[in-house]
Amino acid sequence: MHFDLSPLILTFKLAIVTTLILFVVGVPLAYWIAFTPRRIKALVEPLVSMPLVLPPTVLGFYLLLLFSPKAPVGNFFEAVLGVKVVFTFLGLVIGSVIFSLPFMVNPIKAGLQSFPKALIEASYALGKSRRETLFKVILPNIKPALLTGSVMAFAHTVGEFGVVLMIGGSIPGVTRTASIAIFGEVEALNYPNAYFYSGVLFTIAFVILFVLNALNKKIFDVTP
Amino acid sequence: MIRVKAKKNLISAAGPMALEVDFLIEANDLVTIFGASGAGKTTILRMIAGLTTPDEGFIEVDGQAWFDSKAGINKPVQERSIGFVFQDYNLFPNMTVRQNLEYALHDKQNKMLVDELLEMVHLTELADRKPHMLSGGQKQRVALIRALARKPKIFLFDEPLSSLDMELRLKLQDEILALYNRFKIPTIFVTHDLSEIYKMSSTVLMLERGQITRTGKPDELFGQEALSGKFKFVGTVLELVQDNFLYIVTIQIGQNLTKVVATEDEAAGLKIGDKVIVAAKAFNPIILRV
Repeated sequence: MHFDLSPLILTFKLAIVTTLILFVVGVPLAYWIAFTPRRIKALVEPLVSMPLVLPPTVLGFYLLLLFSPKAPVGNFFEAVLGVKVVFTFLGLVIGSVIFSLPFMVNPIKAGLQSFPKALIEASYALGKSRRETLFKVILPNIKPALLTGSVMAFAHTVGEFGVVLMIGGSIPGVTRTASIAIFGEVEALNYPNAYFYSGVLFTIAFVILFVLNALNKKIFDVTP
Repeated sequence: MIRVKAKKNLISAAGPMALEVDFLIEANDLVTIFGASGAGKTTILRMIAGLTTPDEGFIEVDGQAWFDSKAGINKPVQERSIGFVFQDYNLFPNMTVRQNLEYALHDKQNKMLVDELLEMVHLTELADRKPHMLSGGQKQRVALIRALARKPKIFLFDEPLSSLDMELRLKLQDEILALYNRFKIPTIFVTHDLSEIYKMSSTVLMLERGQITRTGKPDELFGQEALSGKFKFVGTVLELVQDNFLYIVTIQIGQNLTKVVATEDEAAGLKIGDKVIVAAKAFNPIILRV
């Protein structure tokens, strides 16, 4: 029996790229939401969390419209930057980043908000800038939140279906991720393949959560 | 020299309160601010540090304006050369003792200073421990030398010893005094402990509900009653028991309980929980070593 591994490879490539981008984007965004006194926060916060409640197909549909070569944004990408978004890996990445944003931002935001303000003030009082305080004091002390955010974003991207299908189509080797491949195989009554992909995803999801749990216990457990 | 004239409206537990202070600290002075909790002591330190912005006024250190509402100057906390020692230490839990100190260094090359400071408070052996492995007294020593490590122009202590037991407290008072005498950095020490004031300060500012009501040397402020041969303690009524035509009043003074006899007239004006003064005069007390 020969299994096509390309959907799995594609899935993990997508998840890794998405998680890396989300980490870089998520930390400053969470920091801003956690500490800004600006009122516009009230608008940004629900926007970030929208993917939690919005049907993925809706998001995928809007992205499809936005990036279609006939739309201004899609046209800009194609004509000026020379890249196609719809039905490409880039499209998958953009969709996943938006769709998994709350899974990265919300845990980090919670970690930042529960971080003792007194420690931040102590760092400022030692003459340290906000940036230095963030990198040397705050982030090292909220590792569990950073880890949770990254792992959740990764796992969520692995399991994504609706957005990926809408903006990526299901082009084998290009945009056909594991979760879409499962659907395709079941539709074609090709059960062994569906078993295989499902088994792999199931195992990985469990292992990820198991490791996360164990790590967080270890990190939290600082009592002598 | 440090000049502070600042005003800020605060919301205290007892409703709105205007904090309005105006004082001078000479170079090399060790000033204590004494007052009940909620009087605004911590806010004064925070305003000097730049952690709280006054509504109006000015704060000037060595001729340099750190804050001036009229001129629109408000230096950020990072640019104010302060050494702030907090009540609950605020050591960075991700760093070892040594890393906490190195983080505070202004001049990253000056690792010698870290060793010297550790030596001074006898913590060299514990330099590689994380804060959670230290006792309260050790933590506060680290916080103390961490504040010193950046060589501040002014030292601000916010009730640094209040969570330590008496013995440790006395010891750390000595260490703080020793450090003060060595570095001669102008210092403001906030406390609500009278004995600490006597021991620590050259000048006392008495703060009541946001206003400085009295200023002077500890002796001038608190000494007169003691010199007149009277005892005077403030305590809380815990119990009132009638015994024939007399009343026995149980009063807590500090950590000690005492029973005092009161007449019916005196007892009528008292209820449990009242703050009272217990005073005695005209006899010589017995002093015993404990």
